[in-house]
Amino acid sequence: MMKYIDEYRDKKLISGLADLIARSVRQKYIFMEVCGGHTNAIHRFGISALIPDCIRLISGPGCPVCVTGKSFIDKAVAILKLENIIIATFGDLIRVPGSASSLEKERSSGSDIRIVLSALEALEIAKLNPEKKIVFPGIGFETTAPGTAVVIKLAEKDHIGNFFLLNAHKVMPPAMEAIIRDGTNIDGFICPGHVAAITGSSIFNFIPEKYNLGCCVTGFEPADLMQSILMLVRQKNNNSPKVEIQYNRAVTETGNLLAQKNLSEVFEPCDDCWRGFGVIPDSGMKLQKKYEKFDADKVFSPVISYTEDDGSCICGEILRGIKSPADCPLFATVCVPENPTGACMVSNEGTCNTWFRYKING
Amino acid sequence: MCLSIPARILSINGKMAEVSAGGSIFKAGLHIIEDARPGDYILLHAGFAIQKISEEEAVETLRIIEEMNNSLNDI
Ligand code: SF4
Repeated sequence: MMKYIDEYRDKKLISGLADLIARSVRQKYIFMEVCGGHTNAIHRFGISALIPDCIRLISGPGCPVCVTGKSFIDKAVAILKLENIIIATFGDLIRVPGSASSLEKERSSGSDIRIVLSALEALEIAKLNPEKKIVFPGIGFETTAPGTAVVIKLAEKDHIGNFFLLNAHKVMPPAMEAIIRDGTNIDGFICPGHVAAITGSSIFNFIPEKYNLGCCVTGFEPADLMQSILMLVRQKNNNSPKVEIQYNRAVTETGNLLAQKNLSEVFEPCDDCWRGFGVIPDSGMKLQKKYEKFDADKVFSPVISYTEDDGSCICGEILRGIKSPADCPLFATVCVPENPTGACMVSNEGTCNTWFRYKING
Repeated sequence: MCLSIPARILSINGKMAEVSAGGSIFKAGLHIIEDARPGDYILLHAGFAIQKISEEEAVETLRIIEEMNNSLNDI
């Protein structure tokens, strides 16, 4: 028995919720799950088959690998051309195609690229290799960024001069707002539970207040997802959009204050570029001036030539909830997880990758 | 990379813990949670414990769902 997992996969519990949802629906509903972890769980547990056809679940921009722009990979590749560089990265990133290359291709032609599970490991590599310069590509949302902030503070405290952050950390609410403003047709958000574990659920308050859309902060097991869908259906039926927390075991209204403190000590808001969206105001985090010496962008000033767009890949529209992988002519033909054309096919949380694994391969 | 999993703290050494999840042992930084103790359940994300899991709330969520389901049988 795995605690906090198995009890939320209980068949009886889930089929009861399925019944309740079926009896509650009165119209068509479209709910967007923003987090790639939710996309993965929805397909893995076959949630769509458990709910009536009138509820459509669509995926949004919540996979950090997917929303990271091509120019980020191009920059990492450019830095690798300099002397004595080691890139220590999360594994997902290495297969993301840049304009002309990827970290995986650079590794096979001899570049030193190490896979790490944590920014802490990247810092360890820096300590063990003082003659090298270690670059950690920092991607991820509010969930991942506090760990990076901790590592920057540790590097400062221990005077580690050969550790650098190539930063692309992002925050979620501005992208959700961009989707609403884009006019994407949705009735509510299945809000990212682990982002909210850090930030608190209150960061979503503007969504019902300003845009009259429902929000439910949701866990990642099937009973969590089903309960949240029921909560969103009821919000819509009662025309009472609000921010509800389904994932109470990890999320409060105010979140993890210590993590937030670390974030605000190290980073400050900035505009950032998202694949599919372009620049979204205040959607990124950049290192504060006092930590600039760790900023790989500033230290190495990687020169990238023109960044090519993705051609026929429609990742951008998929991330905005406008299209699905089925609309892409390359899906599962040219573009497969072993040889991804676009970023959405790379990570387990990418929409195209998830569709490939659960729809094509059962 | 973005998944977070429930894990149980086995032992703590300074700011680092050994945690167990799904039968495997991982290292977890405890820098951003407070008052962690062996036996506590945490969410493990990219090498850090990002939040403690509340036993009380976990039980409560299950109770609410079961109550919903029971009300269904009454209809
Ligand atoms: S299937 Fe491949 S090419 Fe098509 S949108 Fe997805 S990632 Fe892009």
